[in-house]
Amino acid sequence: MSARAATIRPVGLPRRIPLTALALASLVLVTTALVFVFYVAPNDVRGLGFSQKIFYFHVSIAFTAYACFIAGAWKALRHLWKRDPDADLASYVCVHQGIIFGTMVLVTGSIWAKYAWGHWWVWGEDELVLFLVVFLFYCAYFMLRFSLDPGPQRANLSAVYALFGVILIPVSFAAIRLSKEFLHPRVFTLHGPNFGGWILVTYCIAQAAMFVLAYTLYRIEAAGKRLDLRLRDLREAVA
Amino acid sequence: MTYVRDVGALARKDLLLELRARDTLPAMLLFVAAVFVVFHFALPGTPSRLETIGFLWVAILFTALLALGRAFVPEREQRTLDGLVLAPCDRSAIWVAKTLATLVFLAAAELVALPLYALFFHHVGGATVLAVALADLGICAVGTFLGAMAVVTRARDLLLPLLFLPLAIPIVVGAVGASVAHAPGKYLVFLALYDALFAVVCWGTFEFVVSE
Repeated sequence: MSARAATIRPVGLPRRIPLTALALASLVLVTTALVFVFYVAPNDVRGLGFSQKIFYFHVSIAFTAYACFIAGAWKALRHLWKRDPDADLASYVCVHQGIIFGTMVLVTGSIWAKYAWGHWWVWGEDELVLFLVVFLFYCAYFMLRFSLDPGPQRANLSAVYALFGVILIPVSFAAIRLSKEFLHPRVFTLHGPNFGGWILVTYCIAQAAMFVLAYTLYRIEAAGKRLDLRLRDLREAVA
Repeated sequence: MTYVRDVGALARKDLLLELRARDTLPAMLLFVAAVFVVFHFALPGTPSRLETIGFLWVAILFTALLALGRAFVPEREQRTLDGLVLAPCDRSAIWVAKTLATLVFLAAAELVALPLYALFFHHVGGATVLAVALADLGICAVGTFLGAMAVVTRARDLLLPLLFLPLAIPIVVGAVGASVAHAPGKYLVFLALYDALFAVVCWGTFEFVVSE
């Protein structure tokens, strides 16, 4: 792209991959991941049967949600530190995507718990409990944000709270590990020595698919939100 | 040295205010006593020490929420926060002073609450007292910070518990662990680390909460 084309871009927006390409890429990746999960990956791992396949999505969605929260905190830091004008909106959209993926983590985790232990919720799964704590925290983020009028104060408070979130994640994880005096056997871990070959390939594809999907959704939501803001400015200018 | 003097002056102001108006502390004392009585009726049979210690921590947490919710209310009602922000002192001093004042209220409430718990339910061990001291620091540091955030929102008092409780879960884990475990050391260390970590973060970011 020529230097001239770059100069007519709106201020503060770096060069980006076109949305259509991103949408197509997520479609292809998600489809490939589904095909791999259901037709290529082995049907039975450690005697867990067909139900273990939910883990390809459960784990990859969980990492995507964490990535969203971390990206939200990064944008929050940019807002507080560099006063980047676009960072507040970006931070909010990241956290919003994180909540959407987080809901899916809780749902898929619940389904797995039902098949593995016969209950929809088990307190023995550290990662799931951690996610519930983080989920509650970020729901409060929305309560905070929607209880303030748009402006620098809302941007500041949201940013500070989003920063607290990424500190809470490791602290809560340590706390939940500490809270378990009794030992729970780890039923399934992707990082175990026995997992390789197609399982790993399938997982990587699913993870890539979720990352790209999250980024696409982020871009779509951010574009919509920016459009909203511009429309409001125009309306005010006309009125 | 000026920083310490500023913090001292601000904390003294809050304590004097409480001494004259007596808004917060009597409410906390009454609340924690009432909660214990409610617990007695909410726990069927003769509850074990494990069960009641859990309830003790619930009582402490909610009693603290009373004080935290009140912490910035006088500033809002009298519109003194603008004056404090404009004052020629480091803004984090406002948070440090508020935390200290709230800590005094909470400690005073616990001086009554812990003997009351021992009277009503079970004895209180040394590790529990240590855990109370460490947990108080974390509760007041994080809670006061969030109180300053909640007080400027439309929802106000409604918002503070929502903001605070997810952040308080690690405190509860450390505190209950220290109270019931045979080797409470690691839980106390965890509480101390939590206090240090969040105190630094609150101290560093308070500026953004009160200024635009």
